[in-house]
Amino acid sequence: MDIVFLTFILVLSIFLGFELISKVPATLHTPLMSGANAISGITLAGAFISAGIANSEMANILGAIAVAMATINVVGGYMVTDRMLAMFKSKTGAKK
Amino acid sequence: MSLDLIANLAYIVSAILFIFGLKMLGSPATARKGNGLSAVGMLIAVVAGLTDQGIVSYEFIVIGLIVGALLGSVSARLVEMTSMPEMVALFNGSGGAASLLVGWAALYGGGDAAPVSTFIAVTVILAILIGGVTVTGSLLAYGKLSERIGSGAIVFTGQRVVNSLLLAGLIGSSVMLAMDPSPDSTWFYAVLVLSLLLGVMAVIPIGGADMPVVISLLNSYSGIAACAAGFAIGNNILIVAGALVGASGMILTNIMCKAMNRSLSNVLFSGFGAVKQGKAIEGEVKPISVQDAYYILEAAGNVCFVPGYGMAVAQAQHVVKELGELLEKNGCEVTYAIHPVAGRMPGHMNVLLAEADVPYEQLLEMDEINPRIEQVDVAIVIGANDVVNPSARNDPDSPIYGMPIINVDKAKTVFVLKRSMASGFSGVDNPLFFNENTRMLFGDAKTSIGGVVSEFGSS
Repeated sequence: MDIVFLTFILVLSIFLGFELISKVPATLHTPLMSGANAISGITLAGAFISAGIANSEMANILGAIAVAMATINVVGGYMVTDRMLAMFKSKTGAKK
Repeated sequence: MSLDLIANLAYIVSAILFIFGLKMLGSPATARKGNGLSAVGMLIAVVAGLTDQGIVSYEFIVIGLIVGALLGSVSARLVEMTSMPEMVALFNGSGGAASLLVGWAALYGGGDAAPVSTFIAVTVILAILIGGVTVTGSLLAYGKLSERIGSGAIVFTGQRVVNSLLLAGLIGSSVMLAMDPSPDSTWFYAVLVLSLLLGVMAVIPIGGADMPVVISLLNSYSGIAACAAGFAIGNNILIVAGALVGASGMILTNIMCKAMNRSLSNVLFSGFGAVKQGKAIEGEVKPISVQDAYYILEAAGNVCFVPGYGMAVAQAQHVVKELGELLEKNGCEVTYAIHPVAGRMPGHMNVLLAEADVPYEQLLEMDEINPRIEQVDVAIVIGANDVVNPSARNDPDSPIYGMPIINVDKAKTVFVLKRSMASGFSGVDNPLFFNENTRMLFGDAKTSIGGVVSEFGSS
C-alpha cells in the first residue's frame, strides 16, 4: 500500500489519540491503560496472515505464536478491564 | 465487491469503535460501555483479518486463538485486584511479543516470496526492535511489581557507556539488516538479541515510585510496536489502533511525570533514590493504640483517608470502606485523597477502592484535597509514604524534592498506619512520622482498621 497514505493515517491517528486521552480523570487511569493495552493486541489481525501464509513453515510457526500472544493480550486485556470497570459505582446511580 | 475491500471497510468500522470506546473510557459513567464498544471493534477487526486471501491454512491460527484465549481469560479472571499492575505488564509484554513475531515472520516475505523492499524492511526492524524492548521491559516490570526480583533501581558504574554501546550496536545492525533483509541474516539475530537486551537495560535503572511511569510508557511502546507491524504488513487497522494506543500511553506517561514533578528523561535515566540521600531524620514517633485512635475518630467531623500501596498489600480496602461508612453514620465527612502516583500503576488505588464499593465521587484528587486539608480533623495514611512526605516540599536535598504531595502534615491530626518503621518503596526517610500532630498506628493495616471498626461496633 502507498507509503504516503499509510503515514497520513498514522499522523492523524496520533493526533486523535492525544485529543482523546488528554482529559481523563485519575480515577480511570488504570482501566484506561488496560483498555488501551487490549487495543494494542490489534496485532492479532495482522498475525493471521503470517500464521496462514503458504510459503514458509517457519513464518507459520512464528505467526501461530504471535496469534496466541496477541489473543492473550486482547482477551485478557478486555476481560480484566471489564472486571475493573464493573466495580466502579456512583453513589447516586448504581447503588444496589 | 472484493473481499479485500470489505475487510478494509470493516477496519474503518472497528477504528470508529476504538475511538468511541477510548472516548467513553474517559468518564466513569460510560467507561464500561466504552470498553465493550472497543471489544466489539476488536472482534470486527479480527474477523476481517481472517478473510485475508493470503491465508491458505487455518490450523495454526485456530491453535493460536484457542491457546491465547484460554490463557488470557483464565488469568484475567483469577488475578487479584491488588496484583493488577503486574497483570497489565504481562498482557502488555505478550502484545509486544506478538508485534515482534509478526515483524519477524514478515521477513520471510509475502506469498510470492518476493524480496522484501527497503521500506518494509525498516518497518519490520522497528516492529522487532520496539516489540523486543516491550517484551523484556514488561517482563522485568512484572518481576519488579510482583517483587519476584528486587523492586529497587539497579544502577552501576558505566551503565551509560554500556547503554550507549548497546544502542550503537543496535542501530548498526539495524542498518545492516535493512540493506539486506533476510531472516537468516546474522544481523537479524543481532537486532533481535540487542533489542531484547535493551528492554532489560531500560527498565533496571527504574524502580520504586517510578514504576507507574514505566508501566504506562511500556503500554505506549506496545502500541507503537503494533503500529510498526502494521506498516510492515501494510495493514491500516494496525496502524490506526497502534497509534491511538501509542499516543494515549504517551499522555498517561506525561501525566505521571508531571505528578512527580520530573521530566521523562529524569525518570528513565537517573535511577531513582540512587542519586543522593536526603538528611537523616532524628526524633521520636508517637505510637497510638487502636482504642485511642477510635476515641479521636469518634469525635472527628472530617476524616480523609490517604491510601498507598501498603493498603493493597494488606488487602485493607474493604475494611477501610467499612470504617468510612461507620464514620459517615457518625455524622463525619469522609473523603479519600488519592495521589496520582499512589500504588504501582496509574489509578491503582481508585480501582481497589472501587472494588470495595466506595463511590467514585468520594475519591478526591490531590489538587482537590490540598486546598482544604487544613479543615481535615484526621488524615489517615494507610500504607502510603512518599506521596505524603513533607521532605518533597521543604528539603531540597531529598531525592523526592519538588514532587507534589498530599499535604497531610497540615491536617489537624495524622494517623499513619504502618507495619514498622522501615522506609517506603523508594527508600526515602519521612519526617511526617516525627511530626507533632502525627500518631503512628503500628501493625498490619487491615488488623488495625478492623480493630477500630469493632470499637465502633462495641460502643
